[in-house]
Amino acid sequence: MTLVEIRDYRLAFDTFDGTLHVLDGIDLALEAGQTLGIVGETGCGKSVLARSLLRLNESPPARVVSGAILFEGQDVLALPERAMRRLRGRRIAMVFQDPASYLNPLLSIGTQMEDAIRGQESAAGEAKRPRRAIRDHAAGLLASVGLAEPHRLLDSHPHQLSGGMRQRVLIAMALAGNPSVLVADEPTTALDVTVQAQVLALIAGLVKERGLALMLISHDLGVVAASCARVAVMYAGTVVEEAPTAALLANPRHPYAQGLIAAVPDIDNPAHKPRGIPGSIPNLLKPPTGCRFHPRCALATDICRSTKPALRELAPAHRVACHHATPEHPGP
Amino acid sequence: MFAYLLRRFALAGLMLFGLICLTFVIANVAPSDPAVLAAGPDAGKAQIEQARREYGLDKPLPVQFLRYVGDLARGDFGRSIATGRPVGSDLARYFPATLELCIVAMTIGLVVGISLGMLSALFKDQWLDHLTRIFAVSGIALPPFWFGLLLQLGFAVWLGWLPTSGRIGVSTDPGDPITGMLLVDALLRGDGALFWQGLSYIVLPALVLSLPCLASILRVNRSEMVEALRADYITSARAHGVSRWRLVTVHALKNAMIPTLAIIGLRWGWMMSSTVLVETVFDWPGIGLYAVSSAIAGDFKPVMGVTLIVGLNFMLVNLVVDLLYGVLDPRLRDA
Repeated sequence: MTLVEIRDYRLAFDTFDGTLHVLDGIDLALEAGQTLGIVGETGCGKSVLARSLLRLNESPPARVVSGAILFEGQDVLALPERAMRRLRGRRIAMVFQDPASYLNPLLSIGTQMEDAIRGQESAAGEAKRPRRAIRDHAAGLLASVGLAEPHRLLDSHPHQLSGGMRQRVLIAMALAGNPSVLVADEPTTALDVTVQAQVLALIAGLVKERGLALMLISHDLGVVAASCARVAVMYAGTVVEEAPTAALLANPRHPYAQGLIAAVPDIDNPAHKPRGIPGSIPNLLKPPTGCRFHPRCALATDICRSTKPALRELAPAHRVACHHATPEHPGP
Repeated sequence: MFAYLLRRFALAGLMLFGLICLTFVIANVAPSDPAVLAAGPDAGKAQIEQARREYGLDKPLPVQFLRYVGDLARGDFGRSIATGRPVGSDLARYFPATLELCIVAMTIGLVVGISLGMLSALFKDQWLDHLTRIFAVSGIALPPFWFGLLLQLGFAVWLGWLPTSGRIGVSTDPGDPITGMLLVDALLRGDGALFWQGLSYIVLPALVLSLPCLASILRVNRSEMVEALRADYITSARAHGVSRWRLVTVHALKNAMIPTLAIIGLRWGWMMSSTVLVETVFDWPGIGLYAVSSAIAGDFKPVMGVTLIVGLNFMLVNLVVDLLYGVLDPRLRDA
């Protein structure tokens, strides 16, 4: 069953300097229980896309140009705020990048969790539960993400916790409404390497245990490869390739995806020198015409400069947006 | 936390000493000769010299300073040369009136300033925000004496709703002071009529006094709220389903209140000293009016006393503000 379907979604940011064309025709789907990774460089629009699911992009400056984001068949972009609040936390939950800044420094963990639970319950029109029941609920959530002494933790403040603990608290909060989709926006970027592995294992465990659909945003191919069955590669606001993770890593078709994978250092083969992609990401105030990657692409021809390539299914479940990718000759 | 408190108190003590030095120096560089005032208008040279000896004004300045500090330590602010009354008991009579005025004005400033600041942040760059911006700028720019006269003209002379000036009607007996604050005393005695009358007298001066304070609280609170509402923790709280009301009034406001608190402390000190103008316009019997009439007469002891009280009050309020930071911010409590 398709839980989330993003159709030709275009989003722009109106700024003083002009209009930033941040997302340009995104087509993606997330099935129930599926894990989808989204990779791309900083500024390619992956976080903005993730936030769009819960309509968290502040508007203005954000402006939906076209498209739809369907959750269980209803367009979240068209929902009134009241209905949107019923989705937040209850159906789609989100974990953020830097747990230090995404937790309120002045409020105790308990207050923040209580407010989230109460907010969800009142949005759903449920009866008010006594405070004790809500605190027990919150403590149970903290325990379920592997935090010891959950009741004591409810009275502490974010600055008293380590980075890893804070991220666990945010994950526990995201689970409060028993959602069916978890959107994780760079959940490990701000953490130490050892803690990264623990948090990823925790997310993978929860996904399995609760049958969550996961959308994991990362700039780290390794993180996505370890936790996602499918992966979509984004470049300058477009999805350039989407495939099962193993297929993409072994056989990338899009020149940008090939460049990304060639840029990863190989620990087993020190002779292999990582290669960078020449050029830099385009200015989204005036994005390149046609294929947004063409100014950096060695294979670019006239059609790349004039026409935007559509996502085409080259192999089963393997879609590529490149004029030069063909089924016979996988990638140029 | 205890060490922090101790440090704050030690610092306050030092500041108090500085303040005492300053008031002493200012009083002694003033161009008038208090001995001439004390001796009276028709006094001869000998009488002036006698007055000088009587008040200890013939002693060298360091000796006078030590006597001044010693007297202060015993709670003795000296005597007014013009009236002969002890300054301490004058202050006890006039200070509660000023304090009452400032408390009412600050309450108006806090309630209106914070709520309008919050609303302006929520409706940023919309008509409400523009309206409060114009209001705040004029609130800071309007001279209080002019604005006071305008209100007197409007509400007292034209509409006749409120009394023009004073603290209580001339024929009303406010009774013996308990706290010295008329409204509080009226409440303590359960005298509703007196309370309402006191309120009708205090409204206009309090409004005038509160306006600049209200305006700066509004502006600071607005910009801090705008900042807080954009913060990452607000995005995540929204994503987790926290209600909009809690988001604004607790999650964002608490963060916005820390810088706002600093302004409130400063404004309180400023208010105490700017009562001089307001009390003169509204004939409010507080320390401002007392200081002005004494200063005009060249009577320096009351001026020193008022300066000291106003400074002390400022210090105390800033101490309280520092403690409130600790209440608001758990990171400071642990530091």
